[in-house]
Amino acid sequence: MVLSRGFRGRSTRPDPGRVPPGQYLTTDFPVLSAGPTPRVDRDQWTFSVRGEVDEPITWTWQQFRDLPSETFTVDIHCVTKWSKLDTTWTGVSLDTLLDEVETAAEYALAFSDGGYTTNLPLDDLLDGQAWLVHEYEHEPLHPEHGGPIRLLVPHLYFWKSAKWVRGIELHANDEPGFWETYGYHNYGDPWKEQRYNGD
Amino acid sequence: MTEPAGAVRPPTSIAAGASRRRLGWQPATVADVRWENPQCKSIFLSVAGWPGHRPGQHLDLRLTAEDGYQAQRSYSIASAPGDELLMITVDCLPDGEVSPYLVDQVRPGDQLELRGPIGGYFVWDESRSDPVTLIAGGSGIAPFRSFLRHHEVVGSTTPIRLLYSTQSSASMIFRDELQAQASRELIDIDITLTREQPADWTGYRRRIDAELLGMIVWPAEEHPVDYVCGPTGFVEKASDILVALGHEPGRVLTERFGGTREG
Repeated sequence: MVLSRGFRGRSTRPDPGRVPPGQYLTTDFPVLSAGPTPRVDRDQWTFSVRGEVDEPITWTWQQFRDLPSETFTVDIHCVTKWSKLDTTWTGVSLDTLLDEVETAAEYALAFSDGGYTTNLPLDDLLDGQAWLVHEYEHEPLHPEHGGPIRLLVPHLYFWKSAKWVRGIELHANDEPGFWETYGYHNYGDPWKEQRYNGD
Repeated sequence: MTEPAGAVRPPTSIAAGASRRRLGWQPATVADVRWENPQCKSIFLSVAGWPGHRPGQHLDLRLTAEDGYQAQRSYSIASAPGDELLMITVDCLPDGEVSPYLVDQVRPGDQLELRGPIGGYFVWDESRSDPVTLIAGGSGIAPFRSFLRHHEVVGSTTPIRLLYSTQSSASMIFRDELQAQASRELIDIDITLTREQPADWTGYRRRIDAELLGMIVWPAEEHPVDYVCGPTGFVEKASDILVALGHEPGRVLTERFGGTREG
């Protein structure tokens, strides 16, 4: 460890019980994307669960919006070092969506408008750990932040919370997604500081 | 740091430029510092065993206070792969925790810790011949210095068009270097000053818009690869315009400086 001469940091330090290692707190909501923001017409929007399933399922926008939503407050942590506390979202729990899906798969690959993908163990999408959100702070989710619908998996780094999500592919084997292929960690637990390959 | 639009699904092998080795923290010695404008400084770093990088990649920097408190931030690499010293260019955010320290206090001989290189997507691959557009807002010019220097070193035959938007001539970064680059055969550089222009200014005098980009960037039929780097709103606007001009979304690569004022 190298001491940085004269560096003191902020006088108020983030609570290490609440803010993972290497993160700092921000009050605004940075946007980080690898390409232009896709714009999607809700008439054309669908969400599909496909891959290793007995029957692929597709929801239209209306069918999706008819599912029960919940409003909840969580902390989010981006691999680019910012964390944001007490963010409030409204959306459908993945437990609700996957309730009728029969699968032996252990891995999920979320896919999005624009070609983005990210991989997660299926277990990380279940038991109240993941949602498809359509509102942020009681307002429709802005396209810059992944609207109309983004995946939200707050216990992992935020790149796993795929913006503009259009479905989930279930796989027997783990298959890296977009950033995972470009040197980012396969799982991405902020509390273990799993930012990059090998962390 | 989330999604590309229209990108093809990446190969299942680790992409070129991404590393399988563990990225450990490495000590770096500050070899030199250089003011770029009144609130922006370049820091030149000597790193033993730096594995090399590609234009467009970034590194993580870690500071440690005497009581053990640590802060990390990411910075684009502004030096070319072949340069002897690594260089980052830091814009001082007045309320920031890390950038005021780097700009005001760091001096030659100091030690910093870094790890990298990071990122395999927002990179220029010199083996590709597609024409390149670079669009920079403010300190978003930093990675493009690496592109241009590398282009020169490898003798690339790829034509590059760079549009650099900054507030005033006083806020301009790398002015002399850009001027030298602009004199090269394959490099076209346009600068737009959005707030104040000198009386004899011959460049553009406006914020980016569809008309300006339409005049400067490669037409879609040339099949360019576009790189856009800068603050969120700037990148959002520029990339939307490129898509509206018919550029393939999957060939518009963006790097947004989060928009956070906590640097």
